[in-house]
Amino acid sequence: MKHFLPVTALVVISTFLVAAGIDSLHLMPQNASVQGETVDWLFGLHFKLIAFLFSLVIVIMVYAVVVFRRRAGDDGEGMHFHGSGTLEFIWTVVPAIIVVFFGYIGTTTLITVTAAQPDEVAIEAVSRQWVWNFNYPDDGFSSEELYLPVGQPIRFDLKAMDVLHAFWVPEFRVKADAVPGRTNVLRITPNRIGEYKLVCAELCGTRHAYMMAPVKVVSREAYSAWVAQKVAEEAAKNTPEARGAALYISQGCKGCHSLDGSKIVGPTWKGLYGSPQELTDGTTVIADDEYLYNSIVKPNLQVVAGYPANVMPQNYGELLTDDNINNIIAYIKTLK
Amino acid sequence: MRTFFKLGFVRGLLGQVLGTLFGMGLVTGTRAALGYDPLWAAEPAWVIGGLLGTLGFMIGVGALTDWAKWAIGVETPMHHGAPAGQPEWTRYFAVDLSHKVIGVQYTVWGIMVLLVGGFLATLFRVELLQPGMQYFTTDRYNTLISAHGIIMISAILLGVGGMINYLVPLMIGASDMAFPRLNAFGFWINVPASLLLITAMFVGGWDTGWTAYPPNSLRTALGGPLFFLGFYTIGISSIVGGLNLLVTVFTMRPPSMNLFRMPIFVWAAVGTSVLQLLATQLVGLAMLMLIVERSLHMGFFTPVLNEAAIALNSPPGDPVLFQHLFWFYSHPAVYVFVLPGLGIISELLPVFARKPLFGYKWIALSSIGIAFLGFLVWAHHMFTSGMSNYLRLPFMYATLIIAVPTGVKFFSWLGTLWGGKLTYPTPMLFVLGAISVFLLGGLTGPPAATITTDLYLHDSYWVVGHFHQTFFGGFMFPFFAAMYYWFPKVTGRKYNEALGKLHFWLMLPSFWVMSLGQIWAGLLGMRRRIADYDPALGVQNIQVWITIAAFVIALSILIGLYNFIVSARSAEVAESNPWRSRSPEWQIPSPIPEHSFAMPLAVVGEPYDYGLPGSVYVRMAPAGAGD
Repeated sequence: MKHFLPVTALVVISTFLVAAGIDSLHLMPQNASVQGETVDWLFGLHFKLIAFLFSLVIVIMVYAVVVFRRRAGDDGEGMHFHGSGTLEFIWTVVPAIIVVFFGYIGTTTLITVTAAQPDEVAIEAVSRQWVWNFNYPDDGFSSEELYLPVGQPIRFDLKAMDVLHAFWVPEFRVKADAVPGRTNVLRITPNRIGEYKLVCAELCGTRHAYMMAPVKVVSREAYSAWVAQKVAEEAAKNTPEARGAALYISQGCKGCHSLDGSKIVGPTWKGLYGSPQELTDGTTVIADDEYLYNSIVKPNLQVVAGYPANVMPQNYGELLTDDNINNIIAYIKTLK
Repeated sequence: MRTFFKLGFVRGLLGQVLGTLFGMGLVTGTRAALGYDPLWAAEPAWVIGGLLGTLGFMIGVGALTDWAKWAIGVETPMHHGAPAGQPEWTRYFAVDLSHKVIGVQYTVWGIMVLLVGGFLATLFRVELLQPGMQYFTTDRYNTLISAHGIIMISAILLGVGGMINYLVPLMIGASDMAFPRLNAFGFWINVPASLLLITAMFVGGWDTGWTAYPPNSLRTALGGPLFFLGFYTIGISSIVGGLNLLVTVFTMRPPSMNLFRMPIFVWAAVGTSVLQLLATQLVGLAMLMLIVERSLHMGFFTPVLNEAAIALNSPPGDPVLFQHLFWFYSHPAVYVFVLPGLGIISELLPVFARKPLFGYKWIALSSIGIAFLGFLVWAHHMFTSGMSNYLRLPFMYATLIIAVPTGVKFFSWLGTLWGGKLTYPTPMLFVLGAISVFLLGGLTGPPAATITTDLYLHDSYWVVGHFHQTFFGGFMFPFFAAMYYWFPKVTGRKYNEALGKLHFWLMLPSFWVMSLGQIWAGLLGMRRRIADYDPALGVQNIQVWITIAAFVIALSILIGLYNFIVSARSAEVAESNPWRSRSPEWQIPSPIPEHSFAMPLAVVGEPYDYGLPGSVYVRMAPAGAGD
């Protein structure tokens, strides 16, 4: 019993020190969503429990290591006892109650952060190797930047066109995978104006680390102005070249083909039209309409030397209409 | 030179090369016969080559010889000792049926594989010192992290196999494992598997992590299918090893050793073996399905079909199905890795505290409880995959409940320390270090178990920190504790205590720095498995610390290995029971003779009655007395 008081005092002191230490470190970026407030509250609860359990085990262990060390010249054995049914019962039942309590809190908070909002607005977040694209179905345009009005509940419909990706803005806290063949839903109500970054959180191939998109949470007025501007741009886009430029973004061409002459994964589109292309089989072709058409529909047919085959999806022939493809070719012609 | 070419290991390697070439020739020949153009198709050639190469290794090394003889009715008497006319050391490079040789083979090959995996980690840690790509392409980086994952997992499985195979028969007084030939097969199949994994890095690599999630794994480079095949082959070893151990423990104990009088490590080995035997099939199946989907275009896992699959009228599949199959094994696998380590902690604490293990039955049953619950939590790896709340919540509760049997272990360990007369030689330091590190892993688990907070932590560096704590606390530290503790028993010599302590005092603090750094980076928003990071995240200083710590850990392990090698060759001869242990293996000479126990073992006391005057655990009875 002489050990009870010092150990208890040390556990209490250590618990407060560790908890204060965790608090002072500002471990996470500032929260920017309504759902994130619930998440952060539960993190706070977890950190307090961690501080206590860490102190409990480490203090008793270090205390025993110091107090019960073998003194020089002592050759005896330790105290002889085999255990205590009462203690084992306590440290089975009490932790069981604590984890069930955390399970209950986990349940209620999960229901809160996943709850549908009556006035929510749907935005489609489309992922493909290695770009994000956002469709705003209510206003009929799509964008590479994610603009969000502050205070507006959003339902993200997550789509993946090739492999698994995951939608994560750390400041919004919650994340969800984008899975090919199904639409996953993630609900976020941004509540702090600012600029953030959306990242892909599921390993998705070569350029996974760079699969990001800018997120801008703006006032409702600024959001309306942005929507009006996008709608006007959409109207002006009705030339073949402009439609091609839009397809370049929405179909993910930009993930692999640059416009400035740099090499990403596939050949750059800058100065591509009409130029001679040396192929892996040694022949050279001129990049004319027919060549470009074939390269989009059957990308493995004529692979340019120095670039890998089997990287470009083989199914653009089904995803795109002939009009779409001709628009893309028209756009490539403008890139001198 | 003659001796060299007679070594089973060398013949096995030769067999693997020949088998691989034969497989490649078979594919190419078939294509020629069918008039395909081009003749060389890399993927089927490497897959069939890899498969036949593995078979070639097993034939070459001689792991199948006895079974082949049985098939044609030739008798195969048990051979003890080195191959006829060969020096003693050649046993370790050939198929040998002694569990003690196989245990050493597992351990040494495990350490070699561990060195490869650790070397890969130091490479990508250097890349992470600063944002931007300095030394590797993103593809190469992705291959490095993927290979680090699976190679370390195979190293841990080998280490676990080493400890279990060497120790369990000795601890239960058995002459050997129940199926010695299956035991040798189970070890040797790991060697071609390790070589397949290493080859995979050099034939294009793969960028899926060790989790191999489709559809990305269906599109990744040629390293992918070789990695699937290597993973599958390692699984075979786990299944036969688990089966063998369970039969051994349940049929080969002396009649006087009831289940609650077994050394506690044996309970942990049973828990691990149940998981290995029953869960591994699912991941093996998943790997086979990936290989088949890639080569035959059967649409198991992808809804986005390629041209070939459409032409075959293959119905679309579901990527999430793979995750279920994968994690049904790969979560229990975590307990396969850590249960033996936790068993080592429970085994060593009473010896160095000089008092009984606190709550023997509770610790024993907690291992079984963890193994059982381990089957019910796999979907917590899929909390963000789009499952409904109704499916996610039961997995959250099951995951949190695992904290209860784990807590029983922690508190019982503290109870064992309490009131002891503690000494701190190197094995005890590693045990205490293991408890502190496993505690970190235990505490970083619950925030990832409650789904609400996991939505933030999932696929972040928090997870990287959490599982490194679990594996270091549950495997690496206990493994080195076991290495130092049983070193005098295995080699008959003393290790260097000063170097052992240096190993520990370098490894423990640097591991704390590394893993707390990973936890912190995750909270700041760093994703896992990224080749490059955004400088705006503010994690660069943390990455520098993690890298420095990783190098210190690597250095400390090299010091440990240097100690083992030098001490095994030339150190002072150790007494037969330097730790004054009650366990059966310490009651016989060191190194242990070919036939471990001269007389059958009889249990006459409790295993951990340290401090009870006049009590012993086992006695050697004259043959025939007990039976």
